[in-house]
Amino acid sequence: MLSQFLSVLVISLRSLWMHRLRSGLTMLGVVFGVSSVIAMLAIGEGASRQAQEQIAHLGSTNIILKTVKPPDQEIADASQQTIQEYGLRYTDAERFRATIPDAEVVVPVRRKPQQVQYLNRRITSEIVGTVPWFSELVPIEELGGRFLTSMDMHYSMAICVIDELVMDHLFKFDAPIGQDLRIAGEYYRVVGVIRNKSVSVNGNEESEVGDSNGGGGVTGAVYLPITTMKNRFGETEIQFGGTTGASGEKVELSEITVRVPSMERVMPTRDVLANVLAMHHKKKDYQIIVPLELLRQAARTKRIFSIVLGSIAAISLLVGGIGIMNIMLATVSERTREIGIRRALGARKIDIVVQFLSETVALTLIGGLLGMGLGAVIPILVTMFGDMPTVITFQAMALSFGISAGIGVTFGLYPAYQAANMDPIESLRYE
Amino acid sequence: MIAAESHSMAQNGAVVTIENLRKSYQLGHMELPVLKGLDLSFDKGEYVSIMGPSGSGKSTLLNILGCLDKPTGGRYLLGPEDVSTLDDNQLSSIRGRRIGFVFQSFNLIRQLNIVENIEVAMYYQRVPKHERRERAIMLAERVGLGDRIKHRPFELSGGQQQRVAIARALANDPLIILADEPTGNLDTQSGAEILEMIDELNAQGKTIIVVTHDEHICSRTHRSVHMLDGKIERIESNGRA
Repeated sequence: MLSQFLSVLVISLRSLWMHRLRSGLTMLGVVFGVSSVIAMLAIGEGASRQAQEQIAHLGSTNIILKTVKPPDQEIADASQQTIQEYGLRYTDAERFRATIPDAEVVVPVRRKPQQVQYLNRRITSEIVGTVPWFSELVPIEELGGRFLTSMDMHYSMAICVIDELVMDHLFKFDAPIGQDLRIAGEYYRVVGVIRNKSVSVNGNEESEVGDSNGGGGVTGAVYLPITTMKNRFGETEIQFGGTTGASGEKVELSEITVRVPSMERVMPTRDVLANVLAMHHKKKDYQIIVPLELLRQAARTKRIFSIVLGSIAAISLLVGGIGIMNIMLATVSERTREIGIRRALGARKIDIVVQFLSETVALTLIGGLLGMGLGAVIPILVTMFGDMPTVITFQAMALSFGISAGIGVTFGLYPAYQAANMDPIESLRYE
Repeated sequence: MIAAESHSMAQNGAVVTIENLRKSYQLGHMELPVLKGLDLSFDKGEYVSIMGPSGSGKSTLLNILGCLDKPTGGRYLLGPEDVSTLDDNQLSSIRGRRIGFVFQSFNLIRQLNIVENIEVAMYYQRVPKHERRERAIMLAERVGLGDRIKHRPFELSGGQQQRVAIARALANDPLIILADEPTGNLDTQSGAEILEMIDELNAQGKTIIVVTHDEHICSRTHRSVHMLDGKIERIESNGRA
């Protein structure tokens, strides 16, 4: 049985080799089809995995509330003050903690970009005022020293914790712990160095939200106790200039993150939070981000993305298949005489079907293998030059190999049957 | 020779017996009879020629004898088997096992070399590969092409190609060898060689049926069946037997 199969295969390959150029060109359709399926799936998978990882970093049981600047129109209407007051407040965080049982952890954060200086080196970093339990929500790794403590917060200590990036930029030659950093004219002692494992996520979040704190040129983060930040930096910022002279804005908190015990509690709690905020905020100066919802959205988007990419690739495979069928039909009519001879020599119809079908399948399988090779290379190139993550899954490989075999059979059957159903007498006479 | 006599021969080991064989083609609403009731019988080891002008039905008879076509009526016994009622698959198998074809235009498969061309017939009879190869080489040697087995058909002369075809026809040790104008595409010299080879096969006991226009070939055979208008006009004994 196996030897029978092998001899059929060998005959097919030889016959393909006889028409190298034609076989090669025909195969190209499959090669590109299969490689585009793999490449598209790899790019799609990479993009969605990246999105999902980022969202997962935000925490699927978290609800993130962010301060947003309300539209100018509303501010003007709301008050005649020159100092605009908006955003989340300490009282909001307090209220959540006190009144919402599902709010397991409530972390208020205040962010502000500032110049940070050590000796003669300075960089602009994000100053993050927060609470010790910040570390419960954000995956951080202590590289040295410690993170903020409740003592630091209680006494508004002039200390800070820096992240890896800040350490790399400012402390090229010294151990950072115990050194003093100068931020906005005051000194803070470094007590710890951490690595924020979701640091890329924060960057993304900011640009997404359009936070004024975001923007280019900000390197790393310096964490202060939120009380220290409140006392030393205040909450009001005055800007001079413009037609109105001085204008200012007062923002207490940049964001509040609330964690609930389980994923089922996320959406109900989100609604409660929304109601509570709506009651105490006249303006829509906040935004509610639910990572879980984003995650679900990402999954939906991924599905659509995959379907679109898959369809495009499938069309190219289909075109390849049609090309194959076309060539096989031409081959069959060209080899009418041979078919007649074989029939006269005792070949049954099924033998003829097997012969031509195996040629088509051999053609598509070789094309499929080459396509898999090319399909594995394209995503690597995309990652290298296009700076896009790609993931080649075993399923994508298996799928496209299966598809190419399927195409061989599907588009090979008709020409093969046509060959088998030729009248042997007619085909023997064929010139 | 009359039909009754040939029928009596059928009882003592005839390989081919046809009785009241008819064939007609449907042309639109019209039925066109091509063979109008033939009775024939060929003995084992006989060398027979079938002659007749174009349109006499000899090609149709050849196709039916070769199991490439089915009769519309009548019986055709090939050896012990009635092949007039077999289906396409069974006919294929009969062609492969019982019949060796030699065509006017050789009909070798271009992409296969000599030994592979001879093997093709055995391939469809599921003869194991090594046995196939061995026998094909043996046959190639027998027709005098033992030194050319790796050549492709287009590298051979017409006469050599026809010899390959004869070797191929012998591959499955068939009951009858059907030759359709075997010298039609050959020069006189090669033609004569081929005819000698056929004579030799006959001398070794093969039953051979040749369809031809050539009186010269006809004279070498034991009997000639002359056809006209879908009927047997006469059967001549050539006294060679």
